[in-house]
Amino acid sequence: MVRPGTGAGPGSQPHILPWLRVSQDSDRPPLSLESEKDQTGGVGATTYQGAKLALLAAELSALLGPNAVITDRQRLRTYECDGLAQHRVVPGLVALPESAEQIAAVVRACAAQSVPFVARGSGTGLSGGALPHTEGVLIVTSRMRRILEVDPANERAIVEPGVINLDVTKAAEPYGWYFAPDPSSQQVCSVGGNVAENSGGAHCLKYGFTTHHVLGVEVVTPDGELVWLGGTTRDVPGYDLLGTFIGSEGTLGIATKIVVRLTRAPESVRCLLAAFPGVDEAGAAVSAIIADGVTPAAIEMMDALAIEAAEAAVACGYPEGAGAVLIVELDGPAAEVEHTFAAVRRHCTAAGAFEIRVARDADERARFWKGRKSAFAAVGRISPDYIVQDGVIPRTVLPDVLRRITELSAGTGVRVANVFHAGDGNLHPLVLFDEAKPGEAQAAEEVSGAILDLCISYGGSITGEHGVGVDKACHMPRMFSTDDLDTMQRLRRAFDPAGICNPGKVFPTPRLCGEVPGKRKGVHPLQAAGLAEQF
Amino acid sequence: MTAGAFDNHHPPAAELIKDCVHCGFCLPSCPTYVLWGEEMDSPRGRIQLMKAGIEGEPLSESMVGHFDACLGCMACVPACPSGVQYGTLIADTRAQVERRYERPLRQRLLREAIFRLFPYPRRLRVLRGPLVLYQRSGLSRWLRRTKLLDRLPATLRVMESLIPTLTRRQELPVWVPARGQRRAVVGMLTGCVQDALFPEVNAATARVLAGEGCAVVIPRGQGCCGALSQHSGREDEAITFARALIDCFDAAGVDYIVVNAAGCGSAIKEYAHLLRDDNHYAERARAFVERTRDISELLVELGPVAPRHPLNITVAYHDACHLAHAQGIRSQPRELLRSIPGLTVTEIPEAHLCCGSAGIYNLLQPEPATELGDRKARNLLTTGASVLVTGNPGCSMQIAASARRLGHPLTVTHLASVLDASIRGVPL
Repeated sequence: MVRPGTGAGPGSQPHILPWLRVSQDSDRPPLSLESEKDQTGGVGATTYQGAKLALLAAELSALLGPNAVITDRQRLRTYECDGLAQHRVVPGLVALPESAEQIAAVVRACAAQSVPFVARGSGTGLSGGALPHTEGVLIVTSRMRRILEVDPANERAIVEPGVINLDVTKAAEPYGWYFAPDPSSQQVCSVGGNVAENSGGAHCLKYGFTTHHVLGVEVVTPDGELVWLGGTTRDVPGYDLLGTFIGSEGTLGIATKIVVRLTRAPESVRCLLAAFPGVDEAGAAVSAIIADGVTPAAIEMMDALAIEAAEAAVACGYPEGAGAVLIVELDGPAAEVEHTFAAVRRHCTAAGAFEIRVARDADERARFWKGRKSAFAAVGRISPDYIVQDGVIPRTVLPDVLRRITELSAGTGVRVANVFHAGDGNLHPLVLFDEAKPGEAQAAEEVSGAILDLCISYGGSITGEHGVGVDKACHMPRMFSTDDLDTMQRLRRAFDPAGICNPGKVFPTPRLCGEVPGKRKGVHPLQAAGLAEQF
Repeated sequence: MTAGAFDNHHPPAAELIKDCVHCGFCLPSCPTYVLWGEEMDSPRGRIQLMKAGIEGEPLSESMVGHFDACLGCMACVPACPSGVQYGTLIADTRAQVERRYERPLRQRLLREAIFRLFPYPRRLRVLRGPLVLYQRSGLSRWLRRTKLLDRLPATLRVMESLIPTLTRRQELPVWVPARGQRRAVVGMLTGCVQDALFPEVNAATARVLAGEGCAVVIPRGQGCCGALSQHSGREDEAITFARALIDCFDAAGVDYIVVNAAGCGSAIKEYAHLLRDDNHYAERARAFVERTRDISELLVELGPVAPRHPLNITVAYHDACHLAHAQGIRSQPRELLRSIPGLTVTEIPEAHLCCGSAGIYNLLQPEPATELGDRKARNLLTTGASVLVTGNPGCSMQIAASARRLGHPLTVTHLASVLDASIRGVPL
């Protein structure tokens, strides 16, 4: 497993490419050996950073009141990872603010001391986006879970960042509305986290991602200012800063209030579960449905291994002997749903479905979904360890890519379970291994990486919805050119000139990815522009 | 392994800890996470602490504090898609804490007092007299009026608020014959708190069982099942109670052991694990667990034969954690209630959240327990039901006390009492 160093020292905040160092960092004290060794993350005053954090802890305690700042090592360790447990870093401090103003005050205190900070919601992210910084402050929004306003007439609700995704829907439901983004972790994950990661979900095929359901956010900028991006209306003049912020993985600031768009609950929802002999047939059905002009709310596919895991975990009772299942959900006006539902059934049968079940009621529909929604964690029942991968391919090459994954698996002996949002080509291969067996982890890492390369080679992307975080930062140069990455970096610096807001995420760093040996050619454009220095 | 928080005698098992993939699905199910929103007071965080303990972190005051704060409600167990056996982990951890950690004197004394009293039905019965006198003499009202009550330590205040209005306790016979054709011979556990504070529930249970064709054996001198000890990590004490109970009911020669208190039922179903190292009892414990049923479980298994009379009421059904989460018994009580003509069952919002009773949790951690109790009562009041039905004496007392505190006294009753009223055709 990749275990990154427990955070960069103060003098080596390498956010850009390996050989670049941003000039704003140069006034920081040099890296001390002690702070390198201090991997426990406990707030000890034995190092320069330790002393700085101890002072900051006292300041934050005064700002936030009792029981809102965590400094002891054992408690800090419970925050060492988010939903991606392969990466662990014990935070320097944990702060549990209860209001936007408190977050702003914490960020201001961090900025004044040049202490990095990382925002965390429910800690369910799957790319290590909320991985703490060993010498920084982890700002946890789990106590900010008030739903401030539900305004169905204007199709919106205003929530705090720690509010659980599904709780927004529960609050809007009595009025006949809901919050459309539905990541599989929707019963746990926070709306703030959804904004940071631009979360999708099974139903984003029809309804889009979080970015399509947020009208505005109140943000604490990396220097501690409270500002609004977007607003309460559908479009706001000027640059789309809201669009920039959503999906920025916590690198541009912390959302403190979110105006979410509510969606009218559909008049009719119909869901079917179709069992196929294999993924090829299921894939053909997906292509046929979309080619017919039908846009289901969701089309989800699971292969045999994923079905086995889900059965073991939640006994979802999928048809026996299925090599793949599709869950197809249609929603909208009843007449339209009736019509398109018949078409979906026809395409499934034509593609080779040997059993089609139609959910009779909400309970049965929930049972269909239960297997799918718990699939990631359920894989723990059939394998001691596994990697959840997230990649995107054009839908039309689905059967090709699946075949290549099967070949990869057969060639290496590494088992791969496949779960995916088939409708929009978002794959979630689950790469299984046993860490206790020598070499297996390494082999799994390699297969997992090869799958991403496969996605890129087919014109896809290294992440569909889980984000880059620390987990895929090293894959960014495979997808983007140096110029692309530099441009992104300049945007980031426009928001966060000091480089303290979730540093070490999204972009490759030497510590994370290893220094690439080789000749340097000429002067880098950022250096020429005076924005960075080379070292 | 001597360094770190745990010793070698059944530490929380590394293999079980490894099952946790840190997905966080347990968080919203956990009452303390819901209250405080912090990782170390969530199942995932506590498992992380256990892991740290195994890896060498000492059993510090803060670590013990977070283990102690767990209600043991087991709501995280069904919420976990990875099948983490949190129940086993926390039970093993608690036993380690009890053995290896010295609590402050006050806490030690309080725990000692609790465990000298509650697991002993006879001692509790002796208390009935003074309690009845306290309730009927007007002393309780006087204490309340003069606000003297508020000056008592929190634990005593909570205890005072929990006591239900006591009814006459009639000694149950050792043998209650089945009515009509005999379908099974069942042994009935009378419990400690149930027997002393809710004798009418035991009487109703025996009548319902007899009415449904069961011959009921009620062994005299049956002791405590050890639930409170087991759930508090007092392993040796729990083992002693468990052995005695197995002896007592094995001698009675019954088909089933029927339990009407969720906490007791879930503890008995853990006997096989508890007595796993005991050569003489391990096998008997497994067989005992096989024969143990919650009253609702058995009645559904057997199917109804006694005709039901209508009860025109709306009741809210409260899932006791040790019934729903620990034993997976959710549908049976509802099914039995729905079988009564005229009776409507409503569901309580946030049903999965513990009421805060949790064995002796409300005595040891009065603040979060009261907060959870009041939250449960407020949720309950939104249903508009005037009667609350539940399957655990602890929940009954806790929710009734919270409802009284909120100024909305409720009728809180046991499933057996409702069935009994319906079968006999008397009002509840």
